[in-house]
This record gives sequence, structure tokens and C-alpha cells, in this order.
Amino acid sequence: MNRIEVENLNVYFDEAHILKDVNIKIPNNTVTSLIGPSGCGKSTFIRTLNRMNDLISGFRKEGSIFLDGNEIYEPSVDVVELRKKVGMVFQKPNPFPKSIFDNVAYGLKVHGINDKDVVEERVEESLKSAALWEEVKDKLDKSAMGLSGGQQQRLCIARTIAIEPEVILMDEPCSALDPISTTKIEDLIHKLKKEYTIVIVTHNMQQATRVSKYTAFFLHGEIVESGRTEKLFMEPEDKRTEDYITGRFG
Amino acid sequence: MLFRFISPKTSQKIMKTVFWASGILTIIILIIIIGYILLEGMKVINLEFLLSNPVDSGREGGIFPMIISSLYVTLISGLVAAPLGVGAAVYLTEYSREGHVIKLIRFGAETLASIPSIVFGLFGLSFFVVFLGLGWSVLSGGLVLALMALPTIFKVAEVSIDAVPESYREGSLALGSTKWQTVYRVVLPAAAPGITTGIILGMARSISEAAAILFAVGAAITVPISIFDPGRPLPLHLYIMATEGISLENAYGTAAVLVIIVLIITIVTNTLVERYQKKMMGR
Amino acid sequence: MNNRLEEYLIEKGLFITAISSIIIILLIITFIFIEGFPAIESYGVLNFVFGSTWAPLKGDFGVLTMIVGTLGITFLALAMAVPLSLLCAIFMAEIAPSSMRRILKPVIETLAGIPSVVYGFFGLIILVPFMREQFGGTGFSMLTASVILTVMILPTIISVTVDSLRSVPYEYKEASLALGSTQWQTIRNVIFPAALPGVITGIILGMGRAIGETLAVIMVAGNVTQFPTSVMDPVRALTSNIALEMGYATGIHYNALFGTAIVLFFMIMILLVAANYLHYKKKVVIGGGYL
Repeated sequence: MNRIEVENLNVYFDEAHILKDVNIKIPNNTVTSLIGPSGCGKSTFIRTLNRMNDLISGFRKEGSIFLDGNEIYEPSVDVVELRKKVGMVFQKPNPFPKSIFDNVAYGLKVHGINDKDVVEERVEESLKSAALWEEVKDKLDKSAMGLSGGQQQRLCIARTIAIEPEVILMDEPCSALDPISTTKIEDLIHKLKKEYTIVIVTHNMQQATRVSKYTAFFLHGEIVESGRTEKLFMEPEDKRTEDYITGRFG
Repeated sequence: MLFRFISPKTSQKIMKTVFWASGILTIIILIIIIGYILLEGMKVINLEFLLSNPVDSGREGGIFPMIISSLYVTLISGLVAAPLGVGAAVYLTEYSREGHVIKLIRFGAETLASIPSIVFGLFGLSFFVVFLGLGWSVLSGGLVLALMALPTIFKVAEVSIDAVPESYREGSLALGSTKWQTVYRVVLPAAAPGITTGIILGMARSISEAAAILFAVGAAITVPISIFDPGRPLPLHLYIMATEGISLENAYGTAAVLVIIVLIITIVTNTLVERYQKKMMGR
Repeated sequence: MNNRLEEYLIEKGLFITAISSIIIILLIITFIFIEGFPAIESYGVLNFVFGSTWAPLKGDFGVLTMIVGTLGITFLALAMAVPLSLLCAIFMAEIAPSSMRRILKPVIETLAGIPSVVYGFFGLIILVPFMREQFGGTGFSMLTASVILTVMILPTIISVTVDSLRSVPYEYKEASLALGSTQWQTIRNVIFPAALPGVITGIILGMGRAIGETLAVIMVAGNVTQFPTSVMDPVRALTSNIALEMGYATGIHYNALFGTAIVLFFMIMILLVAANYLHYKKKVVIGGGYL
């Protein structure tokens, strides 16, 4: 089953043509990596999946994106509901200037879950799923700004899974982190894929091979090649893919 | 919490309406005030009103001496406050390192900006008029207004000098220029539009002030010739006309002239700022 | 003249311009206190500040009714101006499309630039008769003055609030929206709490402007030295007291008006210290900020 299907997607910012005829299917409960050099459009692509690009003036798109068979850019679609289903973890950890507990509880509260016991339970569960519980359980009321970068990023993941999305988008989640924190996040991704469909943008090709089942290679706003990760890396069909993964540019 | 009982979607809709309403209300308030004053005032304003002397203490005639008085006090305040404000801004941004003196200077400027205008008025009376013996004159008035314009000019100049890229300074210093040459030939020209905006805003404050000069310029309705002559700037004239009920028509006319001045200043500073931002972005 | 001497002299010259504000403030304080102190001393500090009778001809110089008048007008104005300006600021910073922002910015600047006498004149001609017809009485009242002041302090609070809303990191907004919050939930729970110290600074500055405003208040407040029993009563502000009576005051009366300025000065200083205190605390995280 495919959770997301993208058909002939073209994205423009004012006059700039950022994404060209992108077609991709993203299967359920797997990790899909998006790789490619800086400026290839992979971040723009991932942000169209939860309509975060709507915030940017001059954004315009053609083509269709289906989530569970429903076009997400239909006028009848509630962006807020969509983002609840499609969570996102950003490049730079961006916790709110609130306590650790309140950060995770935030999404629950905005979605109307106010029962104290339920909130506490879900916060604990989410922090456990994000492999952060042991490190923060004694300081839940402390500010999230006091955590290390890696802890902050896992907190952001906990915050995202607390509202039980179907899809988690990760936009280079490890690019601001040290190797040890990166390993922790990767372990976490392995654990999460059982329950969630994960799409991850990464500039680190080793990371793509480590975490993902499928990979798509973006170049100049197009998908050059996509398919099973080992196939794409071991026997790429396109010359440009081969050049990129062997480090000839990028 | 009220919002708990309303769905997020509904509260979003309600609040969006409330926000739009508040924005539009603010615009309406301005339109009502300006519109009313211009509408009534334009009936009175013509070249004769602007260029003739008041007759019968303002019941008839024009506001020529008031315009001249306003020009006098505003120019004096600009001439005195601009060098002080810009100099202080240059010192703070280019010559000093963070420290207690700097904090004190900033606090000084802030305090000066928050002193009520009527307190400036009392100071003007006791210091310029009496202590320095300048008497009721446009000079005394201009000097009081300079004190009020100073913090505005200082603050805007400081921000725009601070915005000059460090690379300009390095480039100039690397060519063997002295610090002052760098400031004078590179930094100040680059910051000029911002500094000009600051000076205009400072002088705008001077031209619209009445309370601070209440006890400093006198209230003469003759044209001041020398800076030691008393005068009656426009805002003061409006105050006297309105509170003493001398002539409603001429009060409207004076108010309209002041409003037009404010509108021109807003347009000029906005154009300057826009051009400045374009220039900085272009580089 | 050699370069080094020139540089030295320029630096010293600039230093003098830099400390000019401080010198001016010291001069202002000195002169106001020298002139005001005799009245406060002879009438007694407590009698002066807490005395409720102001009758210069009989030698009574209690300014309490005016302190009450100033505070009454100020808080009433804040009660109206704060909600409107916060809404308008959030509108400008977060909601308005750019075309609307381009209209609002000069509108706020013009509101800030209109001379206070013009506001007073507008109040006298339009608002006072309106109040008289609506609520009876003379129309000159604490409420009328605070309505005019509301319009006058709107731009102050709006512009400071807009600045502090804009300085909230974009990441917070992005994170909140990505979690499926509505725009309003994001503003209420994330952006506004993060901007709160700046917002309070803006309110304090607006309050300072309200306390210090003179002529616009004189023209509509009625200027009676009595304790108001309702918002429809006329009141006299501290600033008005000075402007109204300075023209003919002599002797101890003259000194008492400077004394009024000393009281005013202290009120402003308290606000300024509070604003600065907040300014330094600005970076402090507001934990658990659910409003």
C-alpha cells in the first residue's frame, strides 16, 4: 500500500521553477530517503507534503499529492488536520521556550486533549518512544532550552509522535547534531518505522543506506532516480546518480 | 478558558475576524480625525491665509507669523540637536566599547525621551529664559525643542550607523585611513539616509510641540525677525485659538496645516527609508 | 595639525556630544528641584503629595487630586488602548496580507506624528459635544480625556509590540503549525508568550506617554481639582496643573508648580526603571506559558 502518491508535481516560488514533474510513491510503514546536492529541491518537496510551503509568499504548485488516496491540496482539505496527520521534524531542533513537559503536551492541548491523566500518559509514552524518557524524567518541568542539541531533536520527535501522526517528515534532522546524537536518532528511526511512514531528507548518503528502504535522488528539482535503497546505491541506472553517489559532485 | 468550549477551527475564524476588525478600526480612527480636520480646515486655507498677518488677535487674517515662528524654532532645534545626536551616535557605535559609561549614556537618552514635555517647558523657563537671560524668544523655544529632538535623532542615527557593514570600515582602515577619516568618508555617507530620517523625525517632534514652549517663546503674533524676538509657533497658536475660543475657523485652518505637515513628513521619511533599504539590499 | 592630535581632539569632542544627554538631564533635575524644593519644604512633603486641597491663593498645595486624576485618565486609557493595540499589532505582524501592512504602517506613523494639540482640538470640537449629548454633564471628563489618550498611545504600544512579535524566532511558529495548530493557537500559545516582555515594555512606554501628555488633556478633561466619583467627572492631571497656572503664578505658587513637576518626574522614573528591568530580563525563558 502506498501512503503518499505524488503525480506530476511542479512547484514555483514566484518565477523560479523549483520542482519539475516529480512523481513518487511512498509506501506505508517504511523509511524513504530523499538525497541530492544542496538546492536540488528535496527540502521544498518534503515541505509540500504537509503544506508548510503555504506560509511562503509566491508559492504555487501544479500536479497532485495524494495522502491515503485523498488530494491534500483540495480546497476542502483542512490544513490543520493534514498537519496533524503529517508531522514534521526540522533541520534545526526547534523546541518552544517552554518546559519539556509542555513541549510534548503542546500538540495534545491544541488538539483539545486536556484531561490531565491522558496528557501525562501520552507525554510519558511519547518521550519513551523518542528514547528520551530516561534522560529527562526527573526534570520534566525544566526548560527545554537547557537540553543538548541531540536531546532537543529527540524532544521534537517526541512532540511530533505525541499527536499520533501517520507520516513523519524529517528535514535533515541530524545535520546540526554530533555523531553520537546522530546514531541515537537513527536508532530511533528504525524503531519508529514499525508504526509510522517516515520520509527523511538527508545529505548524508551513508545515513540513507543505514535507515531507509527506499531512496529518491533529486537533482535540479527533478527526481533522477528512485527505488530500493540498495539497488540505487549498488547499481544505479542513471549516470548522474552514479556520479553523485561516488562523490563526483555535490 | 473560554476557548476550550469552542473548536479550534471556530476560534480561529472568530479571532481572525476580530484581528481584521481591530486593524480596520485603527485605520478608521485615523481617517476620521484627519478627514474631519482637513475637510473643515481646507475651507479656510488659501494663499492669503498662509501669507497674511492675523487681525484682531487671530479672529481674522492669516497665520504667516506663526509659520515663520514654527520654521525658526524647528530649524534652531535641528541645528542644535543634529550635531549632538549624530555625534553621540558616532561615539557610541565607533569609539566606545561596552561599559558602564555607555549604559549610562543610553539610559540618559532614554530618560530624556520620557520626560514629559511640560517638564521641559518648566526647565526652558527657568534655564534658558531666566537663568541664561535669553528671554521669551524663538531662540529659547528652539533650544528647549532641541533637547526634546535629541533622543530621537540619537536613536535613529545609532541604529543606522550600526547597520553599516563592518567590511566598509575594515576596507577603509586597511587602506591606512585614520578612524575619523573612515567614519567621515565611509561610515557616515553609508548611513546618511538613516541619519537624515532621524533628523527629520526629531524636527517633526519639534514642529508639533506646544507644551514645551508654552513658557519659552512668548505668544507674540508678530513676525519674529531676530532669534531673540518672541514668536508663536503653529501648535501654540492652535492651542490659544481653541482654548480661548477666539476663532474656530482659523483654529481649523491651523490644525489642517499641522496635519498636512505631518502627512508630508510621513511620506518623505517612508520614501527615504524605502530607498535606503533598497540600496542596502542591492549591495 | 598632526593626525594623532586631530584624532584625539575629535574623539574627545564626540565624547562630549555623547554625554550631552546626561548633562541635560542633570541640569533639568537641578533646576526643577531648586525651583520646586522651597514649596515642598515649606508645605511638607507628605502634605504636598497626599494633601487633597489645591488652593494657591490660600496657600494650600496638595496635589493628591491631580495624582488621582493623572492615574485615573492613564489607566482608563490603557484599559481601552491595550486590547485594541495588541490586536492590531498581532494583526500587523502575523495576519495581515502585505498589502494591508503597507497601509497600516504609515497609518500608525501618522497617528504617532499628529501633534497633541491637534488631538486636543479634535477632542474639544468633536468628542466633548458627543459625550455631552450621550452622557449629559459638560462633556469634559476623565473618560473624554482617556479616549483621546487612547488614540495617542495606540501607535506607541502597537509599534513596540509589532517589533517584539517579529523578533520571535520563525522556528517556533513553524514548529507549532507543523503540529497542526491553527494560526490563532500558534499566536496565543507560542508567539505571544514569547513576545510578552516586549509587549509589556510597550505598554509601559504608552503609559509614560499618557502620564506626560499635557495640552490634549487640558483641552478635554475639565481640570477641576477634586476627586472624581465617576469616570464622567472632570479631573485635573498633574501636567495640566503646571500648564494652566504657570502663566500667572508667583512666589511660593510658582515653586509649587515646579514641585508638581517633581512628582511627575518621579512617576516617570518609576516607569522607566520598570521598563529597563524588563528589558534586561527579556532573554529569560517564560516556562509553561499557557495564557
